[in-house]
Amino acid sequence: MEITKKDIEHIANLSMLNLSEDEVDGYAKDMQEIIAFANQINEINTDGLEESAFALDSYNVFRKDEVRESFDRELLMQNAPSSNGVAYQIPPVIE
Amino acid sequence: MEYEVVIGLEVHAELSTKTKIYCGCTTEFGGDPNTHCCPICTGMPGALPVLNEKVVEYAVKAGLAVGAQINRNSKQDRKNYFYPDTPRAYQISQFDLPLCINGGFDITLKDGTTKRIGITRIHIEDDAGKLVHDTYTGGTLVDLNRAGVPLIEIVSEPDMRSAEEAVAYVEKLKGILEYIGVSDCKMQEGSLRADVNLSLRPVGQKEFGTRTESKNLNSFRAIEHMINFEIQRQKEILESGGKVIQETRRWDEATGEGYAMRSKEDADDYRYFPEPDLMPIKLSDDYINNIKENLPELPERRKARYIEELKLPEYDAGIITSSKALSDFFEEASKECGNPKAVSNWIMTDIIRIARENDIDYSDLPFSAKRFASLIKLIDSGSISNTIGKKVFEDMISENKEPEEIVKEKGLLQISDESAIKEVVDRVVAANPQSIVDYKAGKDRALGFLVGQCMKELKGKGNPQIINRLIMEYLK
Repeated sequence: MEITKKDIEHIANLSMLNLSEDEVDGYAKDMQEIIAFANQINEINTDGLEESAFALDSYNVFRKDEVRESFDRELLMQNAPSSNGVAYQIPPVIE
Repeated sequence: MEYEVVIGLEVHAELSTKTKIYCGCTTEFGGDPNTHCCPICTGMPGALPVLNEKVVEYAVKAGLAVGAQINRNSKQDRKNYFYPDTPRAYQISQFDLPLCINGGFDITLKDGTTKRIGITRIHIEDDAGKLVHDTYTGGTLVDLNRAGVPLIEIVSEPDMRSAEEAVAYVEKLKGILEYIGVSDCKMQEGSLRADVNLSLRPVGQKEFGTRTESKNLNSFRAIEHMINFEIQRQKEILESGGKVIQETRRWDEATGEGYAMRSKEDADDYRYFPEPDLMPIKLSDDYINNIKENLPELPERRKARYIEELKLPEYDAGIITSSKALSDFFEEASKECGNPKAVSNWIMTDIIRIARENDIDYSDLPFSAKRFASLIKLIDSGSISNTIGKKVFEDMISENKEPEEIVKEKGLLQISDESAIKEVVDRVVAANPQSIVDYKAGKDRALGFLVGQCMKELKGKGNPQIINRLIMEYLK
């Protein structure tokens, strides 16, 4: 599988990253190698195995629908880069 | 050229669980900004979500109620996108293994025909937070109280061909969700909202045209207006030789216009992958059957009961049962006054009208079923005429009083005193000899005119049956 400059630009765009021309070339090369490495997994024979998205044999991990106290807002807002004390403040969002 | 409209809907319904989908924060509507939040629903690194079991139960219930198949094996997936109302920068949704697939139901249209609308899938996911414009700084404020509230997304097949069909579909779906109690479906509060996918194609063409997606419609009126606007817009583009652009659009009900939000071409790459923090869901036959056996009476069954037992017209029965609140109102008022036919007639005209005019849900009508039943009783007992009843109905809303009180205060009791009425009839007939001639010449309208004149003299309070009878005596 070949990773093109266009692929890198697309992923950078989705990730909201501005990359220079040189960076795009570099990442294209790196990602090509990473994918080639990961593709080794395709060589494993999985005939007769059930398809699964998970490594653990665990399922139905549920929680009861019981209200627990929420977090203190002041503490939450301490994690916000910018807040007015009651809400997160962000640059204007225009749709 | 003639075009065919193709509409598919994605309806989001907030589930009425007590807590959010992945944490124990309350789902209560309102509340001070960011007070129903914790590290899980604000997307703090390292916080581990745990699925609320009720969310699975409610989604399965919804699936069974719309005749869908339940997937025995299901999982959740990450849908990646950047938007500031989604603190994790991904939504947890379901991609290839939703809880429910392949359902559908019949909708009834105004002309009495029915049509089946297919449901492709129902999946669970978490709601986003709310962005509020900050007039003080010109920036945007983020309130994450709603982030993590459980949603089901119900995706229809592109089976609808008009605004009427789309509205009928959402009405029916809303009714079903209300009956099974998985969502309060309050459209004004955003707990039920629809995304409308719409395209046009020349009649006879098999392939779909390019579609647009209009997001977050939260009233039936908005859905209807938006669809008619979008049909016209696409038609004009196609007729002038242009191409419809695939895009996400927003509808502004206040101005009656839709506008493009963002082009979908490159934004629509969500890179779904299995959510590693949440284990798969496996449902047993026992689990599913148990939910199935405990489903409450659904609108279809209630409708059949109204037609058979109460002899309501099919269309009326369909409208009334489409909303659980309205249907409950009907049952309670009918029981109270013993005249289901009258209650149904009032619902089909005045009650639906005032709900639409004021954009209120039937659960929030400005009078109780009991109070409304008193009005019917006043009419049925002959204390007031139907016409005066309509006036009392309006006053009942504007003044928030019992109908008996209004009738008493305003002196609206019907005049059934025959001699008093006869006096008026004599006078009116004497003053309008031409009407008698006209009536005898076959002009039936003359009767209506005379009755109207008598009513006018009696300030609308005359008993119409008596007036009619007395005038007929002259006309014989």
